[in-house]
Amino acid sequence: MTAPERPPVGSGFSTLLYKELLRFWKVSAQTVMAPVLTALLYLLIFSHVLESHVKVYADVGYAAFLAPGLVMMSMLQNAFANSSSSLIQSKVTGNLVFVLLPPISHVEFFGAYVIAAIVRGLCVGAGVMAVTLVFAWPPLRAPVWIAVFALLGCAFMASIGMFAGILADKFDHIAAFQNFFILPATFLSGVFYSIHSLPPFWQKVSHFNPFFFMIDGFRYGFFGQSDVSPWLSLAVVGASFAVTALALLVMLERGYKLRH
Amino acid sequence: MPAIEVRQLSKRYGALVALDGVDLSVEGGEFFGLLGPNGAGKTTLISVIAGLTRADAGRVCVMGHDVVSDYRLARSNLGVVPQELVFDPFFTVRETLRFQSGYFGLHRNDAWIDEILANLGLEDKANANMRSLSGGMKRRVLVAQALVHRPPVIVLDEPTAGVDVELRQTLWKFVARLNRDGHTIVLTTHYLEEAEALCGRIAMLKAGRVVALAPTADLLKHHASAYLRLKVAGALPAEVLALSPRESAGTYRFRLAGFDQVESILAPVRTRGLHIEDLAIESPDLEDVFVQIMEGAAA
Repeated sequence: MTAPERPPVGSGFSTLLYKELLRFWKVSAQTVMAPVLTALLYLLIFSHVLESHVKVYADVGYAAFLAPGLVMMSMLQNAFANSSSSLIQSKVTGNLVFVLLPPISHVEFFGAYVIAAIVRGLCVGAGVMAVTLVFAWPPLRAPVWIAVFALLGCAFMASIGMFAGILADKFDHIAAFQNFFILPATFLSGVFYSIHSLPPFWQKVSHFNPFFFMIDGFRYGFFGQSDVSPWLSLAVVGASFAVTALALLVMLERGYKLRH
Repeated sequence: MPAIEVRQLSKRYGALVALDGVDLSVEGGEFFGLLGPNGAGKTTLISVIAGLTRADAGRVCVMGHDVVSDYRLARSNLGVVPQELVFDPFFTVRETLRFQSGYFGLHRNDAWIDEILANLGLEDKANANMRSLSGGMKRRVLVAQALVHRPPVIVLDEPTAGVDVELRQTLWKFVARLNRDGHTIVLTTHYLEEAEALCGRIAMLKAGRVVALAPTADLLKHHASAYLRLKVAGALPAEVLALSPRESAGTYRFRLAGFDQVESILAPVRTRGLHIEDLAIESPDLEDVFVQIMEGAAA
C-alpha cells in the first residue's frame, strides 16, 4: 500500500456501457434467444393461418409482410426490456449505488443505458430476421430507412424503458407498464396487418400510436411501400425520441427518484 | 484544506428533519468517528457527502471540491462502503472491481486490484460469482470497491454490522493501516468500543444535530464520571436503588458524581449486613459518554 495520491478523473462511460452489454450477454439465452423463439412461433402460426387469406401489398406474401414487423416489434420490446430491467434490478437490489457513487455524468449515464439497449434490440432483431428468412425473403428496397428506424426506434424504446425503470419502485410496476402499455401498443401498431384494413376510426387512433410509425417506417425500408410517408414516420419517431431523451436527461441531472 | 467540510447542512424528508444545520470538518489523515442512535442522521450525512442525497441547504466539500458543483473531483476523492450488503449478481469479484475502477476512469488497474484482493483475503475468490460469496466475503468486496480508485478519503458506514469477530479484526487492521498510509477515514458504527479504539476524534449526532464534537480522549475525560460496580447477596436497600443504577444480571452500576459518593452507597449495604459479592470502581468508556451525552442532549 502506498500513500494516497490525487486520483485522476476519467470517464466511466465506456465501462458502464461495457457492463450493461455484458449484463444481457451473460444471460443471452433469456435476453436474445428467447425473444427470437417467440418471434419464430408468431411467424409459424400467423403465416400458416393467414398466408392464403391476407394480402396487404400486391406481389408481397403475408409471411414476407409479417417478417419486418415482427423484427421491429422484437427489437422495440427488447430495447425497452433491457434498460427498464437493468434499472429496476439495480434499484431493488440496491447495487445502483455503485453507479451513483462514481463521477459519471447524467449524459454518460443516459448514453450507456440507451446504447446497450439498442445493441440488445439489434441482436434480437438480427436473430429474428435470420429465422424469418426460412419462411420468406422480403426485398430490401431502401436499406438506409431500415437502419434509421431500427436505431431510432430502439433508442426511443430504450428511453421509455429508462423512464419506467426510474419511476418504478418494484418489478410489478415494470410488468404493469409492459402489459398495459408496451404490449397493446406494439400489437396495435400494424405488425400483423396494414392499418388500411381497419375501420376509419381505428385508422385515426393508430396515428396516435408512435409504434405504428416505427413499424411502418421500418417496413418501408423493405417494400418501398407504407401506410404513411416514411418522412412523416421519421418526424414522429425522431420527435418522440427527442422529447423523451430531453425529459430523461433533466430527470437524471436532478437525480429524480435516484438521488433522494 | 479539510478532507471533508460540512457547513450548515440541512435535509428534511417531509416532516422528518434528518439533518438540522450540521457543521463539522474532518482534517486530512484523521480517523474520525460519526456516532449516534438509529435515525440520528448519520447515513443521511454520509449520503449527502457521497452525492447520493441532495441537501435542502448547506454545503459539503470533499478535498476542497463541492459535492454538487464540482462533483466529479469530489467523488473521485471519496470511497464509500455502504451500510447495506449490496452486490451485482451477474458478475464475479474481479469483474465487479474492474467495473468499479472503470467507472472512475481507471481502465488498467489490475495490479492495484490484485493488491486489494490480497490485503482483504479475497485472492482465491477473485473469479467467484458474487452470489456464491458468504456475507462476510461480500462485505470485504464492498470495502475493496470503495478502495479501487485509491481515494484519499474513505467513508465506512457501519462496515461491521452483522459480521463475525475475525472479519471485524481483519477489517480494522486493514483500515488502520490505510489510515497510517495517509488516508482519511470516517467511520460510523454502533460498536462503541471499536470507535473508542480507532477514532482520534468523534462527532455525535442526535436528531440531525451535532451534540458533541471533540477528540476521543477529551470526550472520555470531560463528559463521563467514574462508575461503581456492585453485586450483593439479596436485594439492595431502597435508598440505594433510588440512585437509579443500571442493572445487569444482578450486578448494579452506579454513575458517581465523585468518589465521596461511594461511601453513601456502601453505608446502607453495610448497615443491613448484606454480603458484597463483587465491587469495583470502573473508568468510563465511550459507551458511558455516549449515553450521558444522548441523555443530556435535547431531542
